[in-house]
Amino acid sequence: MPLTLLRYGLRPRHVSFRDIPPTPELKRGYDVVIIGGGGHGLAAAYYLGKAHGIRNVAVLEKGYLAGGNTARNTTTIRSNYLTEESIRFYKEGVGLFATMSDDLGFNIMFSQRGQLTLAHSEGALRSFHLRAEMGKHMGTRTEVVDAKTVRDLCPHVNLDLGGLHEVTGGLWHADGGTARHDAVAWGYAKRAAELGVEIHQRTEVTGFRKAGDRVTHVVTGRGEIAAGQVLQAVGGLNGQVAEMAGFRLPIRCFPLQAMVTQPLKPFLDILLSSADLHTYLVQSSRGEIVIGGGSDPYQLASTRSTLDQKEHLAEGALHLFPFLHQVKLLRQWTGITDMTPDYSPIMGASPLQNYWLDCGWGTWGFKATPVAGKRMAEAVATGRVPDLLRPFDLRRFDRFALVNEMGATAASH
Amino acid sequence: MKLLTCPINGPRNITEFQYLGPVRGASAERAGELVEALFYHENPLGPLKEWWRHTPSNTVFIAERHTVSDEILATWLPNRRPD
Repeated sequence: MPLTLLRYGLRPRHVSFRDIPPTPELKRGYDVVIIGGGGHGLAAAYYLGKAHGIRNVAVLEKGYLAGGNTARNTTTIRSNYLTEESIRFYKEGVGLFATMSDDLGFNIMFSQRGQLTLAHSEGALRSFHLRAEMGKHMGTRTEVVDAKTVRDLCPHVNLDLGGLHEVTGGLWHADGGTARHDAVAWGYAKRAAELGVEIHQRTEVTGFRKAGDRVTHVVTGRGEIAAGQVLQAVGGLNGQVAEMAGFRLPIRCFPLQAMVTQPLKPFLDILLSSADLHTYLVQSSRGEIVIGGGSDPYQLASTRSTLDQKEHLAEGALHLFPFLHQVKLLRQWTGITDMTPDYSPIMGASPLQNYWLDCGWGTWGFKATPVAGKRMAEAVATGRVPDLLRPFDLRRFDRFALVNEMGATAASH
Repeated sequence: MKLLTCPINGPRNITEFQYLGPVRGASAERAGELVEALFYHENPLGPLKEWWRHTPSNTVFIAERHTVSDEILATWLPNRRPD
């Protein structure tokens, strides 16, 4: 990568190029149609071409590339979950992020700076012990630390919070990190397009034509296309697209709000979150403090923001770093999360024969972009769901075999 | 401030209320509907009937709300739906 850049820089005449080709005309049909041009769909398209030689692929995106939850998340990458199934899956995801810039030849700015989750109560510490032991068992770097170590890791944090929520310790996850969310999507899109994948922006799916329990055609606003296999990965609209295909998903939509401050000099070199305050902070490479937290209190499918929720985020941030009190907010936004009952995703087969699901990503999907893309591509290409994904099958709800990650998910990323 | 009209106490700040989720079509009492009742909640793009509680007065009631516009269309006490 550096050598390529050097050669390019020294070349006398620079040829202009664009990373992602303009939307082509739709063909009559494709081997695989991917609905959703976010990180997950693009990663799956890349792996279909790269690892399985399936290049007659169309990615259909209703809006613009990676403009949904890929653009709206707060870019936390971690694997400190509670269950064996989740940790195994997310650990592979963290590993793929570590090599992604080299693999794609595209700088995704991965920074493995570690994540610290604060405990303000004995109850929180107890649950951290459980997660730390599971993490160690599964070979990830996750440990419970005391208040002194918290101070060493993050000297600026206010440890007593006025006596209300004194920090009693934390969960230190050295494998945790962050990356540039747009670059992840663009890198996959660029390399997928080079392999022959067609990316169709502003192409909305409006329905399906079926023969028995197979989808034969995908109907779009730009015409109808035949599809060998279909992969659905549409974030907040997963419930609606599944209904178009003729089945229901155990999903409810909640808005998730976040915001960033003006750029500051670097002072926060880890990802910091507080389970009790429902707030987390990370300083971006531009110096902005990204502040996220819990979801809105009631179901909604609108990306409107509320002052209540923004005040709640600011309150948590000021408890942890009182010196931020005069810092201005630069931007704020909302994404629509597709929440499942057990806070785990739905990946694998659907009630239809040639229709695959990568959905129910709720508030935790960004960190899984590479691993979900890689493993879903494997499922679509081979017709067999990889063992890594089997616990996340849609039918787990019929069997009451839930993968409960509520405690390790809510407001910790 | 967003207002929600409690059938007993009138319009109040929505922060005084607790969201209790959609009014369910499926029943956990009927064996065939158990999975549906537990996991498959109503999630429309449009009007949704849902349970709310006004916390200070402990009034539990039903609101009909549009899940895209966030407009609250009507509120009523259980079994006393206005015509």
